[in-house]
Amino acid sequence: MLLEVRDLHVEFRTRDGVARAVNGVSYSVDEGETLAVLGESGSGKSVTAQAVMGILDTPPGKITGGEILFKGQDLLTFKEEERRKVRGAQMAMIFQDALSSLNPVLSVGAQLGEMFTVHRGMSRKDAKAKAVELMDRVRIPAAASRVGDYPHQFSGGMRQRIMIAMALALEPALIIADEPTTALDVTVQAQVMDLLAELQRELNMGLILITHDLGVVADVADRIAVMYAGTIVESAPVHDIYKAPAHPYTKGLLESIPRLDQKGRELYAIKGLPPNLMNIPSGCAFNPRCPLARDVCRTDVPPLYEVTEAGADGRSACHFWRECLHG
Amino acid sequence: MGRYVIRRLLQMIPVFIGATLLIFLMVNVMGDPIAGLCGDRQCDPATATQLRKEFGLDKPVWQQYATYMGNVFTGDFGTAFNGQEVTELMSSAFPVTVRLTIVAVLFEVVIGITLGVVTGLRRGRPVDTGVLLVTLVVISVPTFVTGLLLQLLLGVKWGWISPSVSSEAPFDELIVPGLVLASVSLAYVTRLTRTSIAENRRADYVRTAVAKGLPRRRVITRHLLRNSLIPVVTFIGTDIGALMGGAIVTERIFNIHGVGFQLYQGILRQNTQTVVGFVTVLVLVFLVANLLVDLLYAVLDPRIRYA
Repeated sequence: MLLEVRDLHVEFRTRDGVARAVNGVSYSVDEGETLAVLGESGSGKSVTAQAVMGILDTPPGKITGGEILFKGQDLLTFKEEERRKVRGAQMAMIFQDALSSLNPVLSVGAQLGEMFTVHRGMSRKDAKAKAVELMDRVRIPAAASRVGDYPHQFSGGMRQRIMIAMALALEPALIIADEPTTALDVTVQAQVMDLLAELQRELNMGLILITHDLGVVADVADRIAVMYAGTIVESAPVHDIYKAPAHPYTKGLLESIPRLDQKGRELYAIKGLPPNLMNIPSGCAFNPRCPLARDVCRTDVPPLYEVTEAGADGRSACHFWRECLHG
Repeated sequence: MGRYVIRRLLQMIPVFIGATLLIFLMVNVMGDPIAGLCGDRQCDPATATQLRKEFGLDKPVWQQYATYMGNVFTGDFGTAFNGQEVTELMSSAFPVTVRLTIVAVLFEVVIGITLGVVTGLRRGRPVDTGVLLVTLVVISVPTFVTGLLLQLLLGVKWGWISPSVSSEAPFDELIVPGLVLASVSLAYVTRLTRTSIAENRRADYVRTAVAKGLPRRRVITRHLLRNSLIPVVTFIGTDIGALMGGAIVTERIFNIHGVGFQLYQGILRQNTQTVVGFVTVLVLVFLVANLLVDLLYAVLDPRIRYA
């Protein structure tokens, strides 16, 4: 297994109290595999990813438990300097907003080339040649003449391509893409997603795709992990989830996708709001919003049940997953 | 870029004319230049008329201004009442003040920015609170207090420096005066850098730089600092003009015969030519410093270059 996150716990200590952002998340990604991590804002999907990358703001963030095994080694036991050498070289991250994530005062060539000068000790000249090569690879037109341009001179889609190029620079084994297409136009979204998927296949990388866009997921993901209030509530191969969700939250998410055949009808929305992370409800965190909730949901935290009936290896953190599956 | 510079140079012309005209009017119209010449006594009316004619002061003000500006552009700033050429005074005063300003700016850049970065990265820690307190004290205490205090302690009590600067004013004698001159601005530079660093520290591009696996040092100097320095550079640039013209207090305390000293003497003795001449040059210094700041700004921030 390329990456295995085991029972990860992350807290944020703020003046108002402790926010438990990640509460025992486990997931894994293999080479060439795409795991989509799905969830609303504040579900802990980005925080988990930042913990994996080792770019969590500490303080206020603090990893309070768990293991992050990368190629069999626990990254949490690494010294910062060892960790830094893994970042960028063996695992890379693509961020949501390419405009703010790229340095506004450095040319894209300098920002791409930096990967080679720092990690590979290349000369600036060679690094620049590599930068042009990368820009070609992510299909930026006239790469050679644009290598000296600055981020603000590119369009949104092109900027995101540069982010992708930067992540791919050293051909890492794992890429984490944190909502890579959210800030883009719909037409550009598909292009960027296709490019990412294609390069992933080519380099046989593991990909963690963090998103709240179910449409994007269906095309590219192998497995889906749905997160809610800092825990994984359901994980399964992508087709199983779409066909038969085994958790009421996943079901709610799927039902809230606008569909053409339901034109004119009111769009479904999950009632209520995501919980305050400083005060997560007892029992199942989703119980106040759940249509299936009963007394046991308010007292007992559901374990990740194996969803045997659906065939493949799905898991659901719902006491009544059977009911959900058939309901 | 070239067009930008030309536009900025053209913009300087009306500012220059306006500023010098204002100074010229204030000195020549609101006061009587001849009165200063006769010292404390009342001037003899006949002599006064004679002198007015000689200096062209009987002509309309706009004509006087035009003549003066014409002369200035040929390098003639007129003659002080004691017969010394104003340009001669300038050539002795400006190098001294320029040296003093260089020392002051170096202090601002080296100490101010360093302290700003250190405190900005450790916001809320004891270092930060301590430095913040010191800067507040420095800003609140007037320069003449800081200056006199340092002169008394370092110069008189402990004898580390000579209390007054010799007429050649070499760099080593200007270290303490330079620090005094820089003190308030230094405190501002520290605070400005601190705020800017603390703000940009959480920026997305800094997170990207960390995620790229760059060493911390490189993240700070190449990514964080360069973005954070943009407002600081603006401040230091405009401050250069202020330091050159505003060194009056510091130059008086340490007996430095620079621009501030000459200006002070000129004003005290109603020496019109000296005052107008020096101020005219200072206006130019201000304008050039501002132009350089804007150009540097464009170098630091490419988004400005193409706007």
